[in-house]
Amino acid sequence: MLNINNLHVKLEEEDKVILKGVNLNIGPGEVHAIMGPNGSGKSTLSYVLSGRDGYEVTDGSASLEGAELLEMEPEERAAAGLFLAFQYPVEIPGVGNMTFLRTALNAQRKARGEEELSAGDFLKLVREKAKTLKIDADMLKRPVNVGFSGGEKKRNEILQMAVLEPKMCILDETDSGLDVDAMKLVSDGVNALRDGKRSFLVITHYQRLLDHIKPDVVHIMAAGRIIKTGGPELALEVENNGYADLLAEVQ
Amino acid sequence: MALPQAKQDALAARIAGLDLPQGGWLGAARSEALARLTAMGLPTKRDEYWRYTDPTLLTAPGACAAVFDDSDEPPVFDAIDRLKLVFTDGVFDAAASDNPALAGIEIERLALAGSADIHWAQGLYGVLETRGQNPVPRPLAALNSAFATDGILIRVTGKVAKPVSLIYRHKSDASDAILHHCIKLEAGAELTLLENGPAAARFLKVLEVEVGDGARFHHIRAQGRDHERLAATHIFARLGAEALFKSFTLTANGRMTRNDCVLELVGDDAKAHVAGAAMGDRSFHHDDTVFVTHAAERCESRQVFKKVLKNGAVGVFQGKILVKPGAQKTDGYQISQSLLLDDDSQFLAKPELEIYADDVKCSHGSTSGAIDETALYYLRSRGVPLKQAQSLLVLAFLAEAIAEIEDEAIADDIRGRLEGWLHRHES
Repeated sequence: MLNINNLHVKLEEEDKVILKGVNLNIGPGEVHAIMGPNGSGKSTLSYVLSGRDGYEVTDGSASLEGAELLEMEPEERAAAGLFLAFQYPVEIPGVGNMTFLRTALNAQRKARGEEELSAGDFLKLVREKAKTLKIDADMLKRPVNVGFSGGEKKRNEILQMAVLEPKMCILDETDSGLDVDAMKLVSDGVNALRDGKRSFLVITHYQRLLDHIKPDVVHIMAAGRIIKTGGPELALEVENNGYADLLAEVQ
Repeated sequence: MALPQAKQDALAARIAGLDLPQGGWLGAARSEALARLTAMGLPTKRDEYWRYTDPTLLTAPGACAAVFDDSDEPPVFDAIDRLKLVFTDGVFDAAASDNPALAGIEIERLALAGSADIHWAQGLYGVLETRGQNPVPRPLAALNSAFATDGILIRVTGKVAKPVSLIYRHKSDASDAILHHCIKLEAGAELTLLENGPAAARFLKVLEVEVGDGARFHHIRAQGRDHERLAATHIFARLGAEALFKSFTLTANGRMTRNDCVLELVGDDAKAHVAGAAMGDRSFHHDDTVFVTHAAERCESRQVFKKVLKNGAVGVFQGKILVKPGAQKTDGYQISQSLLLDDDSQFLAKPELEIYADDVKCSHGSTSGAIDETALYYLRSRGVPLKQAQSLLVLAFLAEAIAEIEDEAIADDIRGRLEGWLHRHES
C-alpha cells in the first residue's frame, strides 16, 4: 500500500535535516505504529506524505499503491486515497462543517471520475457516521473545528476519515489531548474502519492508544530514522523502559 | 468665506450642463442645496475624508464612457418575489416597472411629485442630507439634492408584503445619472428595499431614510459588476425609538465606488447595522465611509465591512462612531477587514471613535491579511483543489458581513451569486 524508500527531508527555509533515510513498507490491511521521542521526525513524516509546504525532499521516494506520492498536489494525494488525521486540527471560521465535508467528498469523487453525491445521500451518510462517533447535529452545523473541545476536534477528524473512506490513514498523535473515554470513542471509530484492506499508520508517544488500536508492526523512530522494528511487544518495552535503552543499543 | 477661484471654476464646470428645475416644494429644496454646494465647493484629494480616494473622476465635468458587463448571468434577486421599479439611464421607466400599488405603501416618482406646494417629502428631501453635512462636508450629496433628475418617494404606513426593488439599467455607455430617493417609514412600519444594476457610467445617488419609532427598514443592494463604472452613493438615515435599520451592500468590480453612510440614532433603543462585502480586481477602488451618531440611550450600532482585493485593487474604510453626551449604554461595534490575495493590493482603514458619555461599550477592529495557509493546506489535504479551497476561504471571510442580511432567501441569493463569481475564476 504505502512504500517509503530512503526518504531524506530538510526544512525548506533552513539547513535543518529532519528525515535521514526513512524506509517503511505497509501492506494492505496492515496497521503500523511509529513511536519515538520528541523531535524524532514523526510528524514531519506525516506532513511530507500529505504534501504540506515548507519541506524539501532531498532524496528517496514514497508511493501509494505504486503511484509516486511526492509528485502530487495535496488534493491529488487525498483523491488517491491518503488521509492524515491532524495532531492539531485546523479551525476554519465561516466554513460550515457539513459544507466542508461535502465539498471534500465530492471533490475527491470528481477527481476519481465518480459521480458527486446528492445532498440527500450525503446527509444520510454523514448522519450515520456521526452517530457512532457521538457527533451531534450542532457540531455538524458549526464552522469547522471552531469552538470544538480537544476531544471533539479529534472525533471530527475520525468522522472525516469515515466519510472520505481513504485507503491509507495516517493518525498523527490522535491520542494527544484525549481523556480515557474520548480515546475509546476515537479508537472504536478507527477500528470500525479496519476492513482488512485499508491500511493505517499510527503515530503516537504512548503505548496506551495501541491497547485500543492494535498494531501489526511497531517502529521506533529516532533522529530521522527508523531504528527498530518489531511486533506489538516493542511498544510495551518502550512503555516500561523508555527510549534510552533502544537509543543506546543502536549507537 | 468665498471659495478660492479654482474651486469656483471646478464647480461651475461640473454643474454647467445640469438642469435646476424651479417651482414647487422641490424647486425650493433644490435652491437650498445649490447654496450649500456653492458654499462648500467640490471635494478634492486635499480634504480629510478624500485622502484615500481621489474624487477627480467623480467631480469631472463629464463621465468617461464605460463598457458594461453584458454577461448573460441572471440579475441578482431574480428569484425573489418583489415590486420592481426600473430606472434606465437615471430616468424612471414606467413601462418596465410593476404597477406601484401595494398595501401599506405610497410610491411616487420624484420628477412628478416635485411641483406641488406641499408634500410629505419636504421634511426629508435634502433635510437628512443637510444634517449629514456636519461635521463632515459631503458636497456630492448636496450636488445630488440640487440636480437629481429623478428618484422615488416612498411612504410606508404598514408592513409591506414584499420587497420594493429598484433596478438600474443603462442604454448609453456614457450615461451620467443622478438619482435621489426618500423613504419615510411611519411608526411600526416595515419595508425591505432591494437595489441592483449598473445604473450608469457614472452614478451619483442619495437615499434618505426616516425610520419612525418601532419601524424596521432592511436594505440590500448589489452594485453592478461592470468594471469601468464610477459610483458615489450616500445613505442618510435617522432612527426613532426602537427602530431598526439594516443595510448590506455587495460590490464586485467598478473602477471607483464611494459609499457614504451617515446614520443618526435619535430615539432610545434603536439599532443600526451597516455591512458591506466587496470583491475587487485590478483598477478597482472601493471606499466605505461611515458615520454613526449615537444621540439617544441604549442604542446599538454595528459596522461590518469586508473586502477581498487582488491584482492591485484598493480598498478604503473610514468608519466613525460618535457618542453624544447623554447617549448612555451605547453599544457600538465596528470591524473592517481585508483579504489581500497578493502583494500588490492595498487596504487603507481609518477607524474613529469619539465618545462623550461615560457608560458606553464601543469596540473597533481592523485587519489586513493573506489567505490562511494552514487552513488552505487542511482543505487541500481533504481533497479540495487549490482554487476551490481559496474560494471557500474567501466566502468564509465574507460570511460575517453577509450574516447581517436577515432574510434567508435574500442572503442565499447573495451567497449564491458570490459562489458563482468565484467559481468562474476557478477554472
